[in-house]
Amino acid sequence: MIDGKNEIILRMEKINKDFGGVPVLKDITLDIKRQEILGIIGENGAGKSTLMKILSGIYQPSSGQIFLNEKPVKIESPVRARQLGISLVPQEFNLIRDLPVYANIFLGVEIRKKSGILDKAAMKERTRELLAKLSVDIDPEAYIEKLSAAEKQMIEICKALAFHADILILDEPTTMLTTFEIDILFKLVEALRDQGMTIIYISHKLKEVKSLCDRTIVLRDGVLVFEAPTQSVSVLEMAQRMVGRELESVFPPKTMPLKEVVFEAKNVTVPGVLENITFSLHKGEILGLAGLVGAGRTEVAETILGLRKMTKGHFIVNGTEMKFNEPAEAVAAGISYLSEDRQGSGIITSFSVLKNATLVSISSYCSPFLRVIDKESERKKVKEYVQSFRIKTESLDTLLENLSGGNQQKVSLVKSIDTKPGILIVDEPTRGVDVAAKHEIYHFINELVKSGISCLFISSELEEIIGMCNRVVVMREGRIAAILEGSAINEEEIMIHATGVREEVAS
Amino acid sequence: MSQAARTSKLNLEKYGSLLALVVLFVLATIIGWPYFIQIENITNVMRQASYTGIIALGMSFVIISGGIDLSVGAMAAFVASCGVLFMNYLLSKNGGNETMAIAGGVFAMVFLGGVGGALNGLLITKGKIVPFIVTLGTMSIFRYLSLQMANAGEFASHSQAFGAFGMSKIFSFKIGSSVISLSTPVLILLIMAAILSFILNNTRFGRYLCAVGSNSRVAQYSAVRVDRVRFWAYVVIGLMVGISAALLAARFNTVSTPNFGLGFELDAIAAVIIGGTAMSGGRGSVWGTVVGILILQIIQNMLNMAGLSPYFQGVVKGIVIIASVYIQRQKQ
Repeated sequence: MIDGKNEIILRMEKINKDFGGVPVLKDITLDIKRQEILGIIGENGAGKSTLMKILSGIYQPSSGQIFLNEKPVKIESPVRARQLGISLVPQEFNLIRDLPVYANIFLGVEIRKKSGILDKAAMKERTRELLAKLSVDIDPEAYIEKLSAAEKQMIEICKALAFHADILILDEPTTMLTTFEIDILFKLVEALRDQGMTIIYISHKLKEVKSLCDRTIVLRDGVLVFEAPTQSVSVLEMAQRMVGRELESVFPPKTMPLKEVVFEAKNVTVPGVLENITFSLHKGEILGLAGLVGAGRTEVAETILGLRKMTKGHFIVNGTEMKFNEPAEAVAAGISYLSEDRQGSGIITSFSVLKNATLVSISSYCSPFLRVIDKESERKKVKEYVQSFRIKTESLDTLLENLSGGNQQKVSLVKSIDTKPGILIVDEPTRGVDVAAKHEIYHFINELVKSGISCLFISSELEEIIGMCNRVVVMREGRIAAILEGSAINEEEIMIHATGVREEVAS
Repeated sequence: MSQAARTSKLNLEKYGSLLALVVLFVLATIIGWPYFIQIENITNVMRQASYTGIIALGMSFVIISGGIDLSVGAMAAFVASCGVLFMNYLLSKNGGNETMAIAGGVFAMVFLGGVGGALNGLLITKGKIVPFIVTLGTMSIFRYLSLQMANAGEFASHSQAFGAFGMSKIFSFKIGSSVISLSTPVLILLIMAAILSFILNNTRFGRYLCAVGSNSRVAQYSAVRVDRVRFWAYVVIGLMVGISAALLAARFNTVSTPNFGLGFELDAIAAVIIGGTAMSGGRGSVWGTVVGILILQIIQNMLNMAGLSPYFQGVVKGIVIIASVYIQRQKQ
């Protein structure tokens, strides 16, 4: 096993890529060794995903050469990549919701009997084995739509492992996972390496890279700027290499909320989803909503927006009792939502930056009669946003599908705040976003709160919950487990309530 | 891809159908020499294109919103039947003022078209039934209601002036032996295209139509009242059906229930697709649809001049629709 360890499995030589004349990757030369876990870090639009898409055959490099086992190869399609033993687990899920787990795993490469009929039993059996290897408890016959985000992630990894793979690329694999699931994933990744696989691990979470990866490279503006064994660099140094400058403190100082209550939820119950949710939000407050995946955090937001029907309870907005039947009513009442599912319900990828930015607030650019859009004032406003948010885009008319994830998220945030809401609900506001953009988003939310907006802050990242929130509502299985304040807002306390471990010990 | 290459690709997508129209026009001129290029023939082609063209404008809205409407032809027959009956009733009532009767009849047709569209829209949004099924059902309902009412015969208008209105021209003047003229339906097609194009590109409703057609979930989360937008798209196409029905009924001064508007849904959908609007919804162009209907009509005119049977023309039309979608696929 040790033999092959330092031999180079994959070599990229002077890889360049540009989109419409804009260079995204510049002269990337990189050796990847057999049996290593290589961490790739970098800011939004630094070129990480582009590089991986080239490796997995989705994009073609503008110039440069790739060598696999010292032989030059041309990876002209994802199918070819798979044949060469390169598998990509994408950041965004690529599963068919109306098919069961096993059918998704074998999609396009179904096992068939001699007669040509699908051998479902064999596929289910193989799926069961794969799932057991990942130590996840999912029924191979379960339908994707019934699975949680974390489970879908596991299925994606299964899909990549279902076939012979020498090189496994994981693009931001932990954004949807809980701490517990991340542990499982890490053990799995290490086990795969020890079995001889090479893993390329792309992440924004530097601590993860630090604890998992053997070697780390940093991309900045499409250039490979740093390369070192992970042992020899600190997390802080990684961050500084990524950003290219000294970092200030990550979280802005917390401000004190006012006494005035702007929003209350009272005994809100959605059968099977939420039970007796009661909390209040003060003016200028950031109220965290923490909990494990599936605890019902997003469901709280969806219920406020009127997307889920409640059987009991109500909301009080600025002293008035209200119930919403659809998001339009909530927006009219001054509530805005930043979705956790960017591509599914946040932005329209086939719309331009301009049209996405003003999708919610378009009425404010329209004449009262016939709702004719004042395109000039619309462009002017969005241009200001693009500058103040440092959104990297060719023009206002660039389609969102051509922007990096972080820039898409910024546009999504612009869309949510252009209505000038009194209450802003952010759901995983920094998912799939790099350190510098995170930083910007934190400061931006803080500025909004200082200006009198109240914020419901939903996140799976405890660090940001702890760093940002005045108070924290911890949820477990659709209920409120605790509301924490002051010094009680710490990792240990939140996890105790989120998992319910203390109660179990007591009983 | 370089900047220049990208721009030219975009332009091809935008102006591809216009280019096809120009090529076809030149081709028709050469093949159909000297008959095609005669001003009377062109005028005729334009007029024939306008009846289905007006409906196709509405169809653009529906398809951009992610829907489809198969009921337009049958609905046209139904509203035209009712409108002619109403007009005749107004005429017979105490002698009746003919102008008022015609106005009443036309208004009834446009109004009923709007109601028919609203019915489709309600079934789709409130009833949560897919547009294909709803409009397949109402297609049958409208057609057979008309046939039942007329006992599969026709409703003749009792107004000569209505027929004259159908043949009317906005202006016409002579150049040598040719007469250049603009007939009423063509003018209405152009006005409607200008209005709908403005709505699509410059109003909130237009923006919402595209948003709903692109990704209705994002639209819903973005405070767009998705059902309302879809509902109004069907009302718009209903109104267009009403306008077209009035013009066509006036053209013949009678409504023959088995034939009136027959196959209009096919022509309207084809014009929208040929005009470059995405069948999956989300984006499209009203003027593209005008180009699309002209392409269809010129092909029909060429086949006519070549002496092909109307049945064979239907075969060619089908091939053109499939080919145009195929070409669009290749471009992507």
